[in-house]
Amino acid sequence: MTESFSQYGAYWMCFLVLTVGLYGMLMKRDYVKKVIALSIFQAAIILFFVIAAYKEGAGVPIFDKEIGAETAAAYINPLPHTLMLTAIVVGVATVGMALALLIRIRRGFGTLDEDKLKEKMKS
Amino acid sequence: MITHSNISPILRFACRSAARIIQVFGVYVIVHGHYSPGGGFQGGALLAAAVFLLRIGEGREHSQRDMPSRVTLLLGSIGVLVYGAVGLLTIATGGRFLDYDAVPLPGLSLDDRHYWAILVIELAVGLAVMAILVGIFDRLLQRFHHD
Amino acid sequence: MLLAAFFGVLVWASSHLAPVGDPDAPLHREISPAGTPVAGAHYIHESYRDAHTENMVTVVLADYRAFDTLGETVVVFAAGVGVFLVLARRKA
Repeated sequence: MTESFSQYGAYWMCFLVLTVGLYGMLMKRDYVKKVIALSIFQAAIILFFVIAAYKEGAGVPIFDKEIGAETAAAYINPLPHTLMLTAIVVGVATVGMALALLIRIRRGFGTLDEDKLKEKMKS
Repeated sequence: MITHSNISPILRFACRSAARIIQVFGVYVIVHGHYSPGGGFQGGALLAAAVFLLRIGEGREHSQRDMPSRVTLLLGSIGVLVYGAVGLLTIATGGRFLDYDAVPLPGLSLDDRHYWAILVIELAVGLAVMAILVGIFDRLLQRFHHD
Repeated sequence: MLLAAFFGVLVWASSHLAPVGDPDAPLHREISPAGTPVAGAHYIHESYRDAHTENMVTVVLADYRAFDTLGETVVVFAAGVGVFLVLARRKA
């Protein structure tokens, strides 16, 4: 148990954050809370990729003249870091867009509660 | 409504000096992204954070001098266009799209051409990210200032 | 209940992943199990020689995957334009 935690514990914690985000998106009634949960979910996925990029005994992916470029085991994999860098910025843009839409909904319907919105849209 | 008369001079001074330090650090993060963790996205976010601090601390009207709200989308499109222009430039000089071997910088070896092209790209990305984050921030808050 | 099941499936699936930090994980090898070169190791070997830049993340971001980054910048720009349009005041 301890051994498997030391090997996979980081993934499990990351999945816990993922589940918290999913819970918020499914269960919360308020749309602002749903957006916050979306952002938590996204953070968990970013964390997953960063964990996957980690190598035992490796350093940051910045070229060091003393180590040289031949030993790939001396550097953490730079590819997931790059992809997550772009994912973070896209995440900020989507959250901004979502909040703009929420402001618009609030202006039109006067509420951000899911149930109340459904009633108002029926009538 | 925040005006010059009712804002505390201590708050004003603290915000201004902190924002300047953050801006210098943001530029450092962009241009030093070749040697240390950093780059256009991170530095652009820092520059945007400095403007947010001014907007919150001094109020929207007084921080227009530092970053007017109406030019944000313009600056953002300039950043994206510079990026695209570098790509088209490499096509025009006989390479593929964003193929930095073809960047017309005479007297430089191939790897140095990559170096300078990456710097231009990072500056363009930093400008675009900074301007658009400030633009989104301003649009989200605009209602409070007009009512 | 559903969420607990979701978490359980994820934890079960993680036992099929490589352990954290394992240098022999498929992601970190030089040659993948299918016999093709792996991108991560290629970037580590080539980035300094190609672009004379120490930071590999910067090289991958702005050189090898420049088109990706261009598209991503356009996404951010589109979000800015979208917020601008959604919150535009109608000229009454």
